[in-house]
Amino acid sequence: MTATLTNDPSAPSAGSDVVLSLHGVTKEYPTTPPVRALRGVDFSVTRGELVGVVGPSGSGKSTLLHIMGTLDLPTAGQVTVAGYNVADLSDKDLSALRSRHIGFVFQQFHLLSGYTALDNVADGLLYTGLNVNTRREMAHRALSRVGMGHRLEHVATKLSGGERQRVAVARALVGTPSIVLADEPTGNLDTKNSDAIVDLIHQINEEGVTFVVITHNKEIAEAFPRTAGLRDGRIEYDTGLKR
Amino acid sequence: MSKSNGLEPSKLHTADALRTASVGLHTRKLRAALSALGIMIGIAAMVGVLGLSESSKSDLLAQLDRLGTNLLTVQAGTGIGLGSGELPIEAAGMVSRIGPVEQTSTISAVDANVYKSDYIPEGQTGGITVQAVDVNLLDTLAGSVADGKFLDDATATYPTAVLGSVAAERLGFREVTGTQQIWLGERWFTVIGVLDEFELNPDLDRAALIGMTTAEDFLDHEVVPSSILVRVDPDHVDDVTAVLSATANPQNPEEVEVSRPSDALEAKEAADDAFTALFLGLGAVALLVGGVGIANVMVISVLERRAEIGLRRALGATKRHVAVQFLGEALLLSTVGGIGGVVLGWAVTGVYANTRGWSTLIPPIAIVGGIAAALLIGAVAGLYPAIRAARMSPTEALRSA
Repeated sequence: MTATLTNDPSAPSAGSDVVLSLHGVTKEYPTTPPVRALRGVDFSVTRGELVGVVGPSGSGKSTLLHIMGTLDLPTAGQVTVAGYNVADLSDKDLSALRSRHIGFVFQQFHLLSGYTALDNVADGLLYTGLNVNTRREMAHRALSRVGMGHRLEHVATKLSGGERQRVAVARALVGTPSIVLADEPTGNLDTKNSDAIVDLIHQINEEGVTFVVITHNKEIAEAFPRTAGLRDGRIEYDTGLKR
Repeated sequence: MSKSNGLEPSKLHTADALRTASVGLHTRKLRAALSALGIMIGIAAMVGVLGLSESSKSDLLAQLDRLGTNLLTVQAGTGIGLGSGELPIEAAGMVSRIGPVEQTSTISAVDANVYKSDYIPEGQTGGITVQAVDVNLLDTLAGSVADGKFLDDATATYPTAVLGSVAAERLGFREVTGTQQIWLGERWFTVIGVLDEFELNPDLDRAALIGMTTAEDFLDHEVVPSSILVRVDPDHVDDVTAVLSATANPQNPEEVEVSRPSDALEAKEAADDAFTALFLGLGAVALLVGGVGIANVMVISVLERRAEIGLRRALGATKRHVAVQFLGEALLLSTVGGIGGVVLGWAVTGVYANTRGWSTLIPPIAIVGGIAAALLIGAVAGLYPAIRAARMSPTEALRSA
């Protein structure tokens, strides 16, 4: 099985700087009647971009994120992540792709409750084969980067919501992925913490990390350098890089 | 496969696999402890039963070793068609001429009763018999004196008696002063000793023992052997057994009963073995129930931790990594239970053996087998939940969180 660098015909100018591309992606769930969550989505993300994908609930946001994150496969269409055509990869290879190229941030943080911030972030590298000391060193650096360097040994349950999401962001960053996918990262936070996380995302993007943030919050999405609107499983608009 | 496309495969070091397997134990300690307890009780029961059986067996072997299994008893048959209850007078002499016979000791039942004094009514015999014995009896039976001394060549010619343990108790003897007398066969006998229990011949515990010459001289007893105790070369016990009755009574060999007292002890042990098997079975049932408990806890755990499974898949865990994590957790639970069970079983055996005066012996097979059984149960119990966890689609797992 070989994965080749795929030239996305929809974005020929992007070249090898394209980190993520979706071409004609359709996702149907085999329920009765079948649900078409995505209908021919063309979408690509270039290295260093920060894209907000906004849409009401039921617009297919979560499905889109899962497909971009290779957690789910499209019914039709082509997905390329970090140069790998997802359709060419086995389940095992997809795991490897996720462990090395994709970082995730979830609405519910998904931290292991009995473990410290440091351990939780180090777990972001658990499946990379790095040894435990290296993992912890890198986790330390990632936590410092998100302003949590003083909370390393705090158990996850003792942290505030905002702090937990910072830890989760650090976990997504720790493996220096090609792209970070955030699913409603502010959905469980109050306005103050929400603003802080959005600021953090801006800051980290300025350091060169590619981000796709999925949200139902138009305000947040529109403050990003590029915004795409999703409705009924279709990209309704895409601003491209705003000048 | 992965190499060809330049993707370095996901990896999970063994130490990390162990750590992920312990996440559930770490975050849900009480539940882990309770489910391990089921296995622990099962293993403890099995180790305890095997340990107790081994310890009691070693005690029996020590007892047999001390008493010897080479003692044979030649007895005159009693009952209809089995003769007079007497052996020929020459029997002992003939038996002692069988090659492998090392020692013989004759016992002759004396028709007399024993009383504490001559005021006791005749009917109150206390069930104590009088036996005329050889002076080597104690040696032959591996018996011992509790107080005083046994008959010797001198005292065996005087009206002196030695009491078996039960007889001494019934006659009210606590210690031997050398001047106490009993009313035996219508005359006074001086008690010179009290014996410990005979492990090989409990009948003699209920007897007053007197010398052969004494019986002849003072009680007009005709010394006809009622039984002969025979110590045999341990390698030829069966050979001697085969010829013993014909030798003791060549005319009526069918009137002679030959027995091996140590057989009774071994039969007792065989009965214990039957109980051992029963309790082992019960232990196995407890273990099975413990295994079902672990399976149950693991199934619940997989359902509860869908979000964690989804997260791990997102972090790059393969299906195999997830399966290993949950199977590992079941194995950890059962190992903890298994080790705890071995320790508990050992402790129970130790305490019980101590109260019985046995040495504590845990067969290594019980320890190795106990932990192996726990691991096997854990593997079986954890397999289905682990496969279920591995098959869970990551999106499903994350969505339901």
